Amino acid sequence: MRSVNIVLVLLLLALSAAVHAEHDGAPAIDRDMNYRIDTVVERPTTVVEARSTADHSEFEELKGPFGSGPEVTRACLKCHNKAGHQFQKNIHWTWEYTNPDTGQLLGKRYLINNFCTNARGNEGMCAQCHASFNWKDDSFDFTNQENIDCVVCHDRTGTYYKTPPTRGNKACAVMFEGKQPIQWTQVAQSAGMPGRENCGGCHFYGGGGDGVKHGDLDSSLIHPDKKLDVHMDENGLNFSCATCHVTRQHVWAGSRYHPIAHDSEGTGKPGLRRDVATCESCHGLQPHPGNRLLGIKLNNHVDRIACQTCHVPALARGGVATKVDWDWRTAGRLKNGEGYKEKNYTQGNGEHRATYKSIKGSFKYDENFPPRYYWFNGEIEYTTIDTVFDPQQAPIDINHLHGSADDGKSRIWPFKRMHTIQPYDKGRNTLVYMHLWGDDDAAFWGNYDFAKAIRVGMEKNGIPYSGEYGFIETYSYWPSTHMVAPKEDALDCGDCHSRNGRLAEIKGIYIPGRDSNRWLDLAGLLLVGGTLAGVGGHGLVRIFSRKKGGRS
Amino acid sequence: MSIREVMIFSRFERFWHWSQMALIFLLLFTGFNVHGYLQAMDFRQAAQLHTLAALALILLWVFAIFWHLTTGAWRNYLPTRNGLWSVARYYAWGIFKGEPHPYRKHLHRKHNPLQALSYLALKLFLFPAIWISGLLYLLYELWQPMAPSGALGWVALVHVAAALAILAFVIIHVYLLTTGDSFVHHVKPMITGFDRVELTPEEEAYLERDEPQRIR
Repeated sequence: MRSVNIVLVLLLLALSAAVHAEHDGAPAIDRDMNYRIDTVVERPTTVVEARSTADHSEFEELKGPFGSGPEVTRACLKCHNKAGHQFQKNIHWTWEYTNPDTGQLLGKRYLINNFCTNARGNEGMCAQCHASFNWKDDSFDFTNQENIDCVVCHDRTGTYYKTPPTRGNKACAVMFEGKQPIQWTQVAQSAGMPGRENCGGCHFYGGGGDGVKHGDLDSSLIHPDKKLDVHMDENGLNFSCATCHVTRQHVWAGSRYHPIAHDSEGTGKPGLRRDVATCESCHGLQPHPGNRLLGIKLNNHVDRIACQTCHVPALARGGVATKVDWDWRTAGRLKNGEGYKEKNYTQGNGEHRATYKSIKGSFKYDENFPPRYYWFNGEIEYTTIDTVFDPQQAPIDINHLHGSADDGKSRIWPFKRMHTIQPYDKGRNTLVYMHLWGDDDAAFWGNYDFAKAIRVGMEKNGIPYSGEYGFIETYSYWPSTHMVAPKEDALDCGDCHSRNGRLAEIKGIYIPGRDSNRWLDLAGLLLVGGTLAGVGGHGLVRIFSRKKGGRS
Repeated sequence: MSIREVMIFSRFERFWHWSQMALIFLLLFTGFNVHGYLQAMDFRQAAQLHTLAALALILLWVFAIFWHLTTGAWRNYLPTRNGLWSVARYYAWGIFKGEPHPYRKHLHRKHNPLQALSYLALKLFLFPAIWISGLLYLLYELWQPMAPSGALGWVALVHVAAALAILAFVIIHVYLLTTGDSFVHHVKPMITGFDRVELTPEEEAYLERDEPQRIR
């Protein structure tokens, strides 16, 4: 009897081991296909700024149990009864921004970029990064506060994740299968100030994967060291995003659509500045300390050089690569009638990145590389769906930067430049909206037919389309401001003050060490050379005549 | 008239000359590194040393100008046509023939007319040009907001042009030390202060009685 028991126990053990093995064998998450599905973190960060006077896990209202997101939101809004109204006004909710200077209507609801091109019409996929539940299509109700996803930003367990609102084509849907269900009650009770992993859940993965879009924002900033970012250094200052992106009533400082290229106000009076995320708002207008020559000279630079130009010496330094080149023309190749991918790039942290995907085309990556530098006054003009351009002028700037040495407002800023060859309307010379996502026979992701995807994408958004598409070269520019290196890693004077330095292409200013007047250089050569030849000749004649007698 | 060894370069004058020489060499070397003619040191080092040396030289000049004015030594540089032609003719012709130098130093006239004229030009044109352009260069932050954006380029142009002219002066200055009796003969007075000077009997008597340490 006893031996039978042992056998039974062993059998049971073996069985459970087998079950576990099967679970472990679930398809590993594809780092490269990461929108925000694996933003679950093993170790949540500590938010230094969280000086809460309340422990949400002890609140009656959050005892639950909760079975869905909207249930949790309802509980949040019971106490935070103004949060919903506030939240509905900010860009994370509206996905809409009107630039006060140019009047352009911007935001993810309208814009086209040169990565996956357009969120518009593809909300079934892209709205997983909208702070809401289930924005599937135009029927989404922006006025219903219960649609707000509070926990995507305020979950502090590190277990919360989001999948796309709709399943899309079967070619894509497989990515989102086999996830553990969300523990809504636990997540709700953990509520706190957002950590880097909360904001990073979307912002680190912009453009369709880890680090793809920005070059200065990727998952390496969840647990960064000092070398990668002097402010976010986990063992040092440990800033969360909102330490700089100061927040008032769910409105954040620091906009990429309308940046402050030159903050001339500085720190302001104590406690005053809650409106900007500029370096100057903490470091002041004379950021280099000391009355010594070097400090004075460096401070003399701040009127022309953005802080980031020297202090963000290289992009994508954390072991995660960023995309620098994308060619949509090759998208749609199939093997045995199926889409496929090639992973021929291994990034700094050892992970493999796709260099080709049937759904997107071919990519190139870069890591630990210098940004490009341009005059920038904060004004950006977008090429929107309405903008007609001249294809002869390609590459077309998706977001054209304004600025010059002479406008009195510009500083030299660092940017990541993205180069892409993407579809456009050949007959009307505009960019296009593509229908990428959907469980139908037109969605590009699954059907691989540009003609259909563009026709449907334009049609469902009411945009006129000539019916003929081509491919056009584009650039987009991403200001580099994160991954601030420790001061010993900042650029040195000679990096720019040299003949072929970092600012070799910058026009409109005289840079000592880079510039010289070639006529002056020639005249100087003639003067000094002529003087040497003159005294040399004089001396020779003296020596020659001395031999003939006499002294000189 | 007799020729005697007399102290004609006072201790301050010698200090001024040699420290100025050292600073000018340092300024030329670091300046050409800043400008990119040389690549012997990095920009940060070159620019810092250049600035510090320039500030030191300005301080030295403040003292030197004060000294010239209070001692009356500035009169040494007053231009004169008297003897100018014969000195010019000597360097262009007589020197090759082994003729003696036509000029004799006097107690209150240490330089020959050509020398005095070139030093005067140096002090009236080249030094002010490098001074003013250099200070504008160093303090560009103070005026740059009011100036067109290419203005620094013009300041730099004047500064570099003046520096090149000063280099040409240095070359000629050093070369001329090789003329006459010997290199040592020319350099020694600027070290010991004593040189052979033609004295009137009155000057000789005055020096022997009232300033015996100045004559030997």
